[in-house]
Amino acid sequence: VTTQSETWPTTESARRPWVDALQEWLTTVDHKRIGILYVLFALLFLVVGGIEASLIRIQLIHANNDFIGPQTFNQLFTLHGTTMIFFVAMPLMFGFANYLVPLMIGARDMAFPRLNAFSLWLTVFGGFLLYYSLVGGYGLYGAGSAPDVGWFAYAPLTSKTFSPGHSTDYWTLALLVSGFGSIATAINIITTVFSLRCPGMTLGRMPLFVWLSLAMAMLAILAIGPLTAAQAMLMIDRYLGGHFFDTQAGGSAVLWMHFFWVFGHPEVYVLVIPAFGFASEIIPVFSRKAIFGYPIMVAATLAIAFVSISVWAHHMFTVGMTPAGNTFFVLSTMAIAVPTGIKIFNWLATMWGGRIEFRTPMLFCVGFLFQFLLAGLTGVMLASAPFNWQLGGSYFVVAHFHYVIVGAILFCAFAAFYYWFPKVTGRMLSETLGKLHFWLFVLGFHLTFDTMHVPGLLGMPRRIYTYEAGRGWEGWNAVVTVGAVIQAVAIGIFVINLVRAAFNGPKAGNDPWDAWTLEWSTTSPPPEYNFATLPEVRSRRPLWDLKHPEDPDWKYE
Amino acid sequence: MTHLAGTLDIEPTTLPSKGKVGMLTLIAAESAIFVIFVIAYLFYLGKSLSGPTTAILRPPIFFTICLLSSSFTVHLAVAALRRGRGTAFLGWWVLTFTLGALFLIGTGLEWKHLIGEGLTISANLFGTTYYSLVGLHALHVLVGLVLLGAVTVFALLRRVGQAEAEKVDVLSLYWHFVDAVWVVVFTVVYVVGR
Repeated sequence: VTTQSETWPTTESARRPWVDALQEWLTTVDHKRIGILYVLFALLFLVVGGIEASLIRIQLIHANNDFIGPQTFNQLFTLHGTTMIFFVAMPLMFGFANYLVPLMIGARDMAFPRLNAFSLWLTVFGGFLLYYSLVGGYGLYGAGSAPDVGWFAYAPLTSKTFSPGHSTDYWTLALLVSGFGSIATAINIITTVFSLRCPGMTLGRMPLFVWLSLAMAMLAILAIGPLTAAQAMLMIDRYLGGHFFDTQAGGSAVLWMHFFWVFGHPEVYVLVIPAFGFASEIIPVFSRKAIFGYPIMVAATLAIAFVSISVWAHHMFTVGMTPAGNTFFVLSTMAIAVPTGIKIFNWLATMWGGRIEFRTPMLFCVGFLFQFLLAGLTGVMLASAPFNWQLGGSYFVVAHFHYVIVGAILFCAFAAFYYWFPKVTGRMLSETLGKLHFWLFVLGFHLTFDTMHVPGLLGMPRRIYTYEAGRGWEGWNAVVTVGAVIQAVAIGIFVINLVRAAFNGPKAGNDPWDAWTLEWSTTSPPPEYNFATLPEVRSRRPLWDLKHPEDPDWKYE
Repeated sequence: MTHLAGTLDIEPTTLPSKGKVGMLTLIAAESAIFVIFVIAYLFYLGKSLSGPTTAILRPPIFFTICLLSSSFTVHLAVAALRRGRGTAFLGWWVLTFTLGALFLIGTGLEWKHLIGEGLTISANLFGTTYYSLVGLHALHVLVGLVLLGAVTVFALLRRVGQAEAEKVDVLSLYWHFVDAVWVVVFTVVYVVGR
């Protein structure tokens, strides 16, 4: 790679008709376009899932509210959970991995480009299948419905008796289809990392985001299989008269819980590990220091991925297990805090003594550090079985996992948007709007999710559509809803910022942040082939070596 | 041309073939699915409240030998192709296909017998878990046969030469996996479970 960008002479003539452009996007196998499509799809569903959350919050703003009925409320929290996990968070992480992994390891595309496109469209199809249940839940019988069994769909709620019609089947099929897409994407990421690295890019020199995407993909491979198997069993029960989860024929409802959470808990790490990856790229650049403890970061990530496979039953303490079972899952769950803590200390040590620049991506990363620490602390509290018996299934749990998903994962995702948007579009997002977005979102987030712990401690169960007055829950719930409104405004500002900058933002140039990984060595946006000449690297920060030939990193690594 | 490596030479690295890595990863994902079905089978052993029990199972020894020896023949086929011996390749390949097809016929006969004994997928827990687990494996054999058949057609059209040995080898990995899964399923269903 040379310092100035190389582009081959373009054959593009005048503006092409929009149908041509549309056709190019719909049939693309380019990893960058597929990545962008994943992210746009996720943003669309973020708005949909956000509207569902808002409706839930409006319903709960005061006691005895009748804004929406119990049936609709059940459908809303089912759709909200399913949408946010499977059709927002997963596509978002896959989108970023798709876009960035080949660029960061000096490859021209993913290992299997057509399989890549296939995965994308499976995911999109799954998303629309889920929402088709709104009009097609009862098929040709007219009245539509939506799945209302909760995002973990415990048996026997999903049996024909309690879920007549087809709403549950839409849910099952949507997850099966998008699950196949996710498995294929994970295969693609793993193969790309192992087989397509540029000369000199040894495993030990890969950017941490690539390492973490690899860990995420490996975990996805192990986690999504059980979900697929469990959904297949559910289909066998519902359509072939099977008895897997049919307690009347000796089947076990608890087995479904085990199967679901064997998927469900690693899934949390499938989402949070790439978020760690964003932070591990952004924090060093804005601290003007190389990441602290690179090998330990990799080891801690792999440890988290490994341990996360054996913690699932902490979702089931309240169901009742043997003392040995409880002890094992308490200890394994608490053990996961150790490698996670190591990571937090490494990010802090990276910032320590650095020349920190508080640009918008860095602000979101700092917010992430604080909030993720708190989310981890409530996680350790809930990992203790006796505490869990008291608060499992309460709003305390809801507050805890939203602290992880919003406070950690979404904050890192926002950081990633501000950091890589210039590379993807060639234009800068507005810093002013970005800072406004950040501060409003921090305010709204803390109003909502700090406060939400309290009604949980006061005994408010999750998933109730309304509550009696006089239990001390009203004030807290009102504040939670106000916070949700502020978050919605902040997201609105974010969307405005994205749209404005995409058309009118100032030009970014190749390397607006003075960063060190390979994606910044090519043009913004990168050409279809990414690199005119495949780069060759000698250290973990190839662009540092290029900019500082007198003091390159490879002298020290 | 300024290399990011500066003046130092890059040590040569050989990366694994993407076909192999991709297939091994797929096998890992498939294994996770099979593990869940095996666990369900073992968990529900002897928990059926009514209907036929595992006593009606007859171990398909002959068909198992067919499937397991097909792993051997597919290996010989790939080895022949590597050495550029097209006719030998085609012979071993068709034999592999035949052995796989025989196995599937065996599964069909076994199911015919069991249905005659009153065991269906909805009869009881044993039926549900048995047909799911064995059926999932049979589905994988079927997919394998379709792929083996496709390669056979290409080979008959003289489109499979030494250059394709790598791709054919990747497919043979899948076939080995199908065989290995049968070892597990056979052990669980016909040895441990009976």
